[in-house]
Parts: sequence; C-alpha cells; structure tokens
Amino acid sequence: MGKEGGVQVLNLLDLEKMEVVMIFIRISALAVLTVILLSGPAFGVGDDAPGIEMARQATKGKELWITADHSKFDALKQPFETGPEVTKACLSCHTEAGHQFHKTIHWTWLDPKAEKEMGIGKGGLVLNNFCISIQSNEPRCTSCHAGYGWKNKNFDFKSETKIDCLVCHEQTGTYKKFPSGAGNPAPAPGKLFKGDGKFYKSPDWNKVAQSVSRPTRANCGTCHFYGGGGDGVKHGDLDSSMRMPSKNLDVHMSMDGQKFECSRCHTTVKHQIAGRIYSNPAATDRKSLLEDDLGAKIMCESCHSATPHKSEIGMKLNDHTDKVACQSCHIPTFARELPTKMWWDWSKAGNMKDGKPYVVKGEWGRPIYMSKKGDMRWEKNVVPEYYWFNGTIESITAKTVIDPGAPVKVSRPIGSSMDHKSRIMPFKVHRGKTPYDVVNKNMIIPHLFGKDPAAYWKGYDWVKASAFGMAYAGLPFSGDVGFVDTEYVYPITHMVAPKDNVLACEACHSKQSRLSNLTTFYMPRRDASRVVDAGGWFIVIASAVGVILHALGRIFIKGRKED
Amino acid sequence: MATTHNDMKKIYLYSRFERFWHWTQSVLIIMLMVTGLEVHGLFELFGFERAVDLHNTLGLSWLVLFVFIIFWLITTGEWKQYIPTSKKLFTVARYYAVGIFKGESHPVHKSAGAKHNPLQRLVYLGLSAILLPLQMVTGLLYWTYNDWAAYGLDFVSLETVANVHMGCAYALLAFLIVHVYMTTTGSTLTTHIAAMFSGWEEVPSDYKAEDWEVHKKS
Repeated sequence: MGKEGGVQVLNLLDLEKMEVVMIFIRISALAVLTVILLSGPAFGVGDDAPGIEMARQATKGKELWITADHSKFDALKQPFETGPEVTKACLSCHTEAGHQFHKTIHWTWLDPKAEKEMGIGKGGLVLNNFCISIQSNEPRCTSCHAGYGWKNKNFDFKSETKIDCLVCHEQTGTYKKFPSGAGNPAPAPGKLFKGDGKFYKSPDWNKVAQSVSRPTRANCGTCHFYGGGGDGVKHGDLDSSMRMPSKNLDVHMSMDGQKFECSRCHTTVKHQIAGRIYSNPAATDRKSLLEDDLGAKIMCESCHSATPHKSEIGMKLNDHTDKVACQSCHIPTFARELPTKMWWDWSKAGNMKDGKPYVVKGEWGRPIYMSKKGDMRWEKNVVPEYYWFNGTIESITAKTVIDPGAPVKVSRPIGSSMDHKSRIMPFKVHRGKTPYDVVNKNMIIPHLFGKDPAAYWKGYDWVKASAFGMAYAGLPFSGDVGFVDTEYVYPITHMVAPKDNVLACEACHSKQSRLSNLTTFYMPRRDASRVVDAGGWFIVIASAVGVILHALGRIFIKGRKED
Repeated sequence: MATTHNDMKKIYLYSRFERFWHWTQSVLIIMLMVTGLEVHGLFELFGFERAVDLHNTLGLSWLVLFVFIIFWLITTGEWKQYIPTSKKLFTVARYYAVGIFKGESHPVHKSAGAKHNPLQRLVYLGLSAILLPLQMVTGLLYWTYNDWAAYGLDFVSLETVANVHMGCAYALLAFLIVHVYMTTTGSTLTTHIAAMFSGWEEVPSDYKAEDWEVHKKS
C-alpha cells in the first residue's frame, strides 16, 4: 500500500516536472524569437521630433506677417548721399531701434557682460591670431562694423545716425561697404580698392533703403562669411558656400531643405541676436521648445530633444547626448566646400621680390604667401579638434602675461569631463606664429593698416609697427618683438550634415580615436587595461596550449601503445 | 578510440530543457564573445555600431535565458548536481593529468543522480554562481551607464566595470576552450557532444553511483 502510494506520488511529481519543463521550453522559445526579432533591422520609426513640427510651423509662411512695404514710404524716397542720412530716415519711424542697437555687441564690439576696463571684445584689447587687433587699424577692420565712420578711437558710439541699418536689412545684394572705408560704402560714383583690385560702386541709396526686410543669410554672411578679410578665413563652418547651401552642406539652411535663415536659431529680441559672446554661453540650459519656447536661443535640442535617435541602437546613441554635443557627430568635417585658413605665420612676412611686396597663390586660388602677412595654409574638409566645452570661451588680451615656451592659447574652450554642463564639442583651431613682446611677455597689437610709415603694410618694420600699435592701445612695449606659436578656437556648429553622412562610431571608439587628446575618462574600444588584456590573453593562450599538448599527449601515447 | 568498456548501457541524462538551455546559452555566449571582442577592437566583422547593438541584445537575451535556467535548476532540484565535493576531486584531476595517457578508465562515471564528476561540479559551480553572474552584472552596469546617477551608483567607475567585464570575458574564453576540448575525452571523440544533443549518455552497465555522489531529491 505504502509502496504503491509512493510510486504514484513519484509519478505525479514527474508529470508536474515535465509540465514545468514544457512551459519553460515554450517561454524560452518565445524569448529566443524575441531576440531574433530584436536583432533584426530597426523598425522604420518616424524621425520627426516634436519640436521639428513646431519649428516648421513657425517658419512656414513667415512673409505673410510683414505688413509694411518699405518702397511705399516717403521717408525712403528722399534723396540720400550718405549712410547716416538713410539711418536718420529709418529712425524717423523706428524710434526705438537706435538705442536698442547701441546696446548690442554688433555695435560695441565689446562683451556686454565683462568689465569695460578689461577690454573683452574686438573693440577692446582681445586679440586673435589673424589680423590680431583692430586698435590703430580701424578703417580696414570696421568695414565689418554695422556703423559708419569708426576710423579711430574717437568714434562717437553715442550717435544713432552712425548706425548702419542697411548692411543687415537691405535685400538688393548690391550694398557693399568699402573694404578700408571705416564702415562707409564708396563715395559716388565708386572707388577702386587696391587690396583686391575690385571697383566698389557707390550704393543706389533709395533702392537699397526701400528693399529692407528681416536679415537673411546673405546679410549676416556679408561679415560673418568673410571674417579675417576673406572668404572662409576665420570660422571654417561659415563661408560664402553657406549663403545658399546644398543639403549635403547644411541640412537646416539648405535651399532644398528647411531654408533656415541665421535668425531661425539665432533668435533676436530688440536687436539682441542670440549666440555665444566670448565667455557667455549661447544658452545656459539645454531645453526643448516643448519645455520653454522663449529660451534664449534655438539649440539642437530645442527641436530635436535630448533623445533624438529613434532606431533600435538609438537608445545607446541617446546615451551620448549628456556628454557629447550633437555637432561632434553630425558635423564630421568642416569647410566641406570652400577652404578655410588653418595656419598663419606672421614671422615670415616682409619678404620682397625686386623690392616690392608680393603674393603667392596656392591651391583653390588662395594666398599661401603674402609679404604683408607671411605664410598661410588653407585646408578643406577639415577634421575638427574636440574639447570639453561648457559654452564659454576664454580669451586673452594684449595685457595678459603669456608663456612663450608653449603655444599661446589666444582663445580656448572652457570645460572638463567632470563638469556636468560640459560636453565634447568640435572646434576649428587656427594656429600660427604671432608677434609678442619678448621682454614684457605679452602679445603685441601691431599697427598694420595705414598710409603712415609706421604701419607694417607700408614700412614693413615690426618694431615701429608694434611701438605705434601698443602706444595707440595705451600699453607698454619693450621694443623687442618675437614670434610665438598661437592657437585660436572656433566652435564648429554650422554645416550639419545629412544623417547618412554622420560620423561613424569608430571615429571616436577606436585606437585612432578623434578624441585621443581627451584622456580624463574611459572610452570603450579606445581604452583598455594593459594588465587585464595581457593577463586575459595569457590565460586564454595557456589554456589553448595546455589543451593542444594534452591532445598531442593522448595521440602520441596511444600511438605508442598500438606499436 | 579511448578506453572502452565492453559492457556499456545508455542512460537518459539530459532533459530537453537542459539541452535547450545548454545549446542556446552556448550560442549566445559565443556570439557575445565575438561581438564583445569586436567592440573591444580585436577585429572588424559587423562594424562597431552593429556589434554594440548585437552585443546588447544578445546580453539581455542571455539574462532572460539565465533567469529561466536558474528557475529550472531550483524547481527541478538539479541545482544539487552542482554541490561541490572534495571527494575524488584529486583522483579525477590526477586522471586527466596522468591516467588518461595510460589508458585508465575514468574514476567517476555519470549517472542520473550525479551528472558531473567532482571536478566538473567545482568548475560549473564557479561558472554559474560567480563568473556568469559577474559577467551579467558588469554587462548590465555597462549598458545602463547613463542611469548610474539615478541608481545612486555614481561612485562606480566605468573603467573598473569595463575591466572586470573584460577579465570575465577572457576567463570565459579560456573555459570555453578547455570545455570544448574535454568533450573529446569520452569513450569516443564525439560521445559527450552527441549526448548533449540526444540526452543519452553511454555509461558502463555495471557502474553504480556511490552514495556520496548522489544528493537525494527531497
């Protein structure tokens, strides 16, 4: 009885066990099926972030909201002979525009948030390693000032009629400021500029004034594409190819795409155009438009959110957005259509041919040697350099004490891997050799432009040019000029490529990583522990060798036995 | 090939689910090894992005499978097969080091109550209780790197996690090499592998597992 009962219980247990096993087999089969499905190609999920739709609605039919035709205004039909006369007419209706504009960096060329005495700004004592400083060189440099007549330090920054409304607002494309005219166009009928051999026509003031509208890419590009005195000299991600870019060059601004104007992202309130200004980040928070549609500036995440990747691997890609700026992967190279200047060695300037200054042109028709400026190098399709960046760029001034033993970072990105507001950002780094005061250990402001013999481009004498420039800026000068290696950075944020041209993971996740200079964190594939790898392979190889010897032993001994 | 008993019998040793999880796990681990080593930069096969994607999916699948395996081990009482013993441990080790070359027969044979010899028990216990879970935990941590702060794990370093994960991977690879080789030490080269497919293992007909070997099912 007891025995029989025992057997029955056992059978029941076995049956239960079998059922449990069967259930497991089924569930596991399901799990495996899920695996197969998951590892298949990603589902075609729509790539429209919620913010994109908002952005489209905002740009669509924008011109419908223009309610004034400036060609019908009598104020703009009167005869004009100079820029300030036009500005006076503008201000007769736009009564607040003048003092609005006076507060902006486009007028002051000074960081509005920095102490004025620090001279942070190109209107102050900040320098670059291109043409170095505007001090004592104003008439040439201020052809990119949205004003008329900033030819020396006595310029009246209080005058509203000295504002140049037209350079930003005219839409004929015919308005040109004379390159060395201190912001003024050529006087009637026009004037030849010896620097480029081009004839600059005096503007048809009425036509130009009546054409005004909101600034377009062409307006901003008048200066920002040609910074440094030529197409693509400065930024690397801004040059004349961005006026009407192809989709390959810039997905947002392209003519066959979104046709974004600059102001689409550089949102503007009371003539204050959003963007980074020296040490002030363009925006301090990373927010979606859904969170805050009045944010300081439209950033990538405003429309695309912090989780823009929707494919299956997207989850891992989205994991990057806290530490890697979108630009790092989505702008694989800059200067993709036109070259940009990467090297400028002032120490080579001053060589003459038959007693005269000369120019040597290289690839793309760009100068590679100029007696006036020295050696230069241009590059196209440039791979950016990457730095931790919290939106702040620190600039030195002509007062800063430098260490000539190392390249002087005339401007440098601020940030670190430990700072949660910093992300890895691509930069153009413009390098060169730039004059400095060997005794006082500071960068020199040379007097380059002018008809006087002290101007370097007239007299080709560094000591005279430096003495003049430094005295003009009110700074001491020892009389000893040397040349030091310098670096100047531009964040790369334009020229966003279509998603098919995005950087591959391996560009950074490899031994030849683009991020090999950023060493304060562990990055998969780029980094590995030598100890773990060596120890690991030792164990693996030892196992393999042991197994092979064991197998040989079995074969050999068995063979001997059969003999 | 090797020593054969004249008198052999076949016993049903590996149930269907056991064989299923063994082979599924082996495929998953080998695929994880391949994709993992590619991610580590050893070779180029799928490309980094695809390799990472596969590795994550495979790893999660393995985790799911592992949960079922553990559940199966617990509910069927098969976990007792992994209880280590020092008895005959050195005899078995001596057999593989010396006896096998002399044509001796294996000192411990398989039986339904004792599928694994003392050496296997120790190795499989270390594997399933330490190495595999450690690999899964570090893998999961690696995968959830961005959420560490939310989990309160900010103090963990990615480098440490990555190094432990790699160390375990090398240990697993070494195990795999030896494990595959050991399958050739049956009565023929393929006996053990065949058994893992069919479930039927060949054992000497006169062999009876000793008491110490078998943990009675409660």
